Amino acid sequence: MVHGEVWTAKELFVYPNEYIYWTIQIVMYPFMTGLVAGAFVLSSLYHVFGVKQLKEIARFSLVFSFALLPVAMMPLLLHLQFPFRGIEVMMTPHFTSAIAAFGIVFTTYGMIVAAELWFVYRKYFVETALELRQLTGRSVTQQFRYVLYSVLTLGAWDISEQALEKDERAVKLLAGTGIPVACFLHGYAGFIFGSVKANALWMTPLMPVIFICSAVVSGIALCIVTYIATMEIRKALHAWKQKSSPALPLLDEMKSAELQVVTMTARYLVMFLILAITLELLDLIFRGYTAVKSWDILRSVIYGKDFVNIFVIQYGMGNLIPFFLLLLPRLTIRRAVAGTLLVLLGVFMMRWNVVIGGQAFSSSFSGFMHYHLPIWPDNLETFKEGLFGALLVAITPFVLFWGLNKVIPVFPVKDTH
Amino acid sequence: MISRRNFCKKAMLFIGGVAVPVAGLEIFNPQRLLAEKQDPAKVRWVFLVDTRKCVGCGFCVRACKLENEIPYDANVSRTWVERYVVTRDGKVHTDSPKAARDGFTTKAIDQAGKGMLEIRDEDITKAFFVPKLCNQCENPPCVQVCPVGATYQTPDGVVLVDRTWCIGCGYCVMGCPYGVRFFHPVYKAAEKCNFCYHRISKGMKSACVEACPFGARTIGNIKDPEDPVTRIIMTERVAVLKEEYGTKPQVFYLGMSKEVK
Repeated sequence: MVHGEVWTAKELFVYPNEYIYWTIQIVMYPFMTGLVAGAFVLSSLYHVFGVKQLKEIARFSLVFSFALLPVAMMPLLLHLQFPFRGIEVMMTPHFTSAIAAFGIVFTTYGMIVAAELWFVYRKYFVETALELRQLTGRSVTQQFRYVLYSVLTLGAWDISEQALEKDERAVKLLAGTGIPVACFLHGYAGFIFGSVKANALWMTPLMPVIFICSAVVSGIALCIVTYIATMEIRKALHAWKQKSSPALPLLDEMKSAELQVVTMTARYLVMFLILAITLELLDLIFRGYTAVKSWDILRSVIYGKDFVNIFVIQYGMGNLIPFFLLLLPRLTIRRAVAGTLLVLLGVFMMRWNVVIGGQAFSSSFSGFMHYHLPIWPDNLETFKEGLFGALLVAITPFVLFWGLNKVIPVFPVKDTH
Repeated sequence: MISRRNFCKKAMLFIGGVAVPVAGLEIFNPQRLLAEKQDPAKVRWVFLVDTRKCVGCGFCVRACKLENEIPYDANVSRTWVERYVVTRDGKVHTDSPKAARDGFTTKAIDQAGKGMLEIRDEDITKAFFVPKLCNQCENPPCVQVCPVGATYQTPDGVVLVDRTWCIGCGYCVMGCPYGVRFFHPVYKAAEKCNFCYHRISKGMKSACVEACPFGARTIGNIKDPEDPVTRIIMTERVAVLKEEYGTKPQVFYLGMSKEVK
């Protein structure tokens, strides 16, 4: 079997070598990268622009952005025919290729987030390490934690007022530089598609901008959902623990998600959502208005074959409904969850319609290709590029976030920035 | 004792100091300078397809598959032949069953998922065959987008793929407007026609040219004015495929029809 043959169905005249080569992993790739960039932009709103209401979600989204970071690479690696050669993109970059530049931007961005996190949590590292140092007869876990936190301080033990002020300035600077890099990171993901001149659907200079806007939308949406979910889970867990041992005190910080934080964040979400939809519609109208050679086949895909995916799921369920859900007065947590989940669906479908929709027609402009998502894998290829591969990518950031939370607690335990 | 600040400073100085002479070695490579001073290439391979001579026998496709070790039954091919049938109502019907490996054995048009389409002879206004292969573009998008430089262009104009370097991302496959690229079923790396570079660089003809019984396919050197292929390209009305993409394709067609995509 040729790569791509399993999940591609052809119709009318398609060049013999044409198959759906970019599958669900390439849908996951801009989706996950978008989440990274979006989460970071959200945290920067507090750190750089001083939006005080977002303080609580800012640190949360910064850590979450870091947890998402390695996952942005994962779909690419799962998609490569030679995953072990993937590192060559960094070792022998070919600078006329958008993917090669992506690797560099991605690393830069990763370092910025890591550095920012370090400055945010430095005080916590030092305090925890000092606390553990005082303990005599440390257990194995305590010893491990002591070594870990001592290493994490990187030798900077000074937590005087002035030192912490310096930290704060560094955070602000890093968050400031991070915003353009985050936008660049995702703009590049859009550029990878927008610069493929052979593909009539992708070939538009608007692609990077559209991708950035929807990235911010999806990132903020995911942060809201995860924020609410973790807050509720923590509360539920604590209540459950209390039931078994009633002696446990009622902790103040075990509160529900704060509605005012959610409302404020939702407002930013809607703002970016409007921007994203406007640009997408502009692109669509412009294509129809100019109606160049490719418009005939594009129209048959957009208004015919992909109508449900584009207009019903993406624009209807993913944009229009959440728009009302989030904007109508007296927002509740439940409605916010429903709205943001739909927004996530909308952004995912936008990626799907770009990646899969872009391959739905042949470069001969006279045939079509359909992608049948492999569900139950029968070999490595159908696993990697099928439903389970995508789920693996989707679950990983939450596992990483859980692990990170063990080392750098996201929720207010001690006062950090 | 050396302080951390000092250590960092000295380390940076050392790395910088080492990097400069190492970079110098590359910049002043005398052999490369000499090579670049002289005319980089006396050869530029081009292909000429005479669509008026092609009968769709598929000998070229078979020869190519055998020569270049593309699994015979795999549904991919470095070269293929398209059949165009234009009917009275102005519709264009196209197909290339199994890349025309076995020629066109039936009059019915293969519409893939839509089944076979029978067309009555009296409804046909014109019909012809068009062989396709890699265009070895002057401005190849596949070379531009390859993130690791595994696809590259030789000085004599042929675009090659390094199988041991390809990471298999598929960017080049997506970037080619002609749809000539695919993944090799065995080697898994990106694959495409290379004008049988291993043959032409030894003075032989490419496998498809050798196999064509009607002389529909020819290969030549555009930098040699005496070359018969060059003479035809220079003196007759030839066309290229998808010129609007700006790739400057180097496969020229004689007797091209507007229906060809």
